[in-house]
Amino acid sequence: MPELPVEIPIPTPHQAVFIMVAVATSVASLLVVTNRNLFYSALCLVGALFGVAGVYVLLEAEFLAIAQVLVYVGAIATLITFAIMLTRGIMFGTTSPNNRHMFAVMSMALLVFLLVAGLVDRVPWAVAEDLTLSGDGKSLIVDLGWEFVTTYALPLELIGLLLLIALVGAVMLARDDE
Amino acid sequence: MNEVANTPQDFLPLLVIVVVALAVAGIVIVLSVLLGPRRELEAKSEAYESGIRPFADTRRRFPVQYYLIAVLFIIFDIEVVFLYPWATTLHNDALKKVSLAAMGVFMAVVVIGFVYEWRKGALDWD
Repeated sequence: MPELPVEIPIPTPHQAVFIMVAVATSVASLLVVTNRNLFYSALCLVGALFGVAGVYVLLEAEFLAIAQVLVYVGAIATLITFAIMLTRGIMFGTTSPNNRHMFAVMSMALLVFLLVAGLVDRVPWAVAEDLTLSGDGKSLIVDLGWEFVTTYALPLELIGLLLLIALVGAVMLARDDE
Repeated sequence: MNEVANTPQDFLPLLVIVVVALAVAGIVIVLSVLLGPRRELEAKSEAYESGIRPFADTRRRFPVQYYLIAVLFIIFDIEVVFLYPWATTLHNDALKKVSLAAMGVFMAVVVIGFVYEWRKGALDWD
């Protein structure tokens, strides 16, 4: 059998799953911006956010993945869907995704992409060699739980405060009639 | 207790179920387009109103109340996300008291907000 001039790389199972997830996420993201019906765009956005959760799983950040599904796929997507359903014109009409800002936006998106790609490529990111978490090291979620109640107890309370502020703000904005 | 650290492989069943669900949905749609009879009738495309002919536009906007509920849902959803890792610390006796105190303060702060929205009538559907 003659040698192939270029060795065709066979993806590992991990890479194969990544390619699958990445393609699905990219297709869903493209559908979000090209769809003529904003409601379908919102549904595609759910798919894209779900794909990002898949990327988190592949990065072994399972807690982030679960949080992504719970918060983004579950709640943020619901909020966006409600926002679209609240607006009559957008819900049922078809709108063109192109307008006169299209080229400006596309060049901006390209610039941002190049910037991020350059940053990822050039910056010598610090790698945590020995990430010592105070948990038993058996599971990331257990480690996170330990960190939340020991080292990061104060940030946890501050998050509670932030949630309180957001809650009061939402109630104030939505019910200013009294 | 879980003896090994979680790996992406643990999520493989999830991937399989997603792929199977998408495949089944796709196959069913394709089959129904290929095999199903298509007869376009005016009555078929009408909105179903319990047998009564629709006399007004059935498309209507949703009350803004839904949006407020969705925002409140996000806030409590984020709160719940923090409860999952916290719950695992309760297995440990040494950490139990600290853990309960830390989450107690966190919950108390959010519950203040819950009481506020309740008293403000944000949960009333008028």
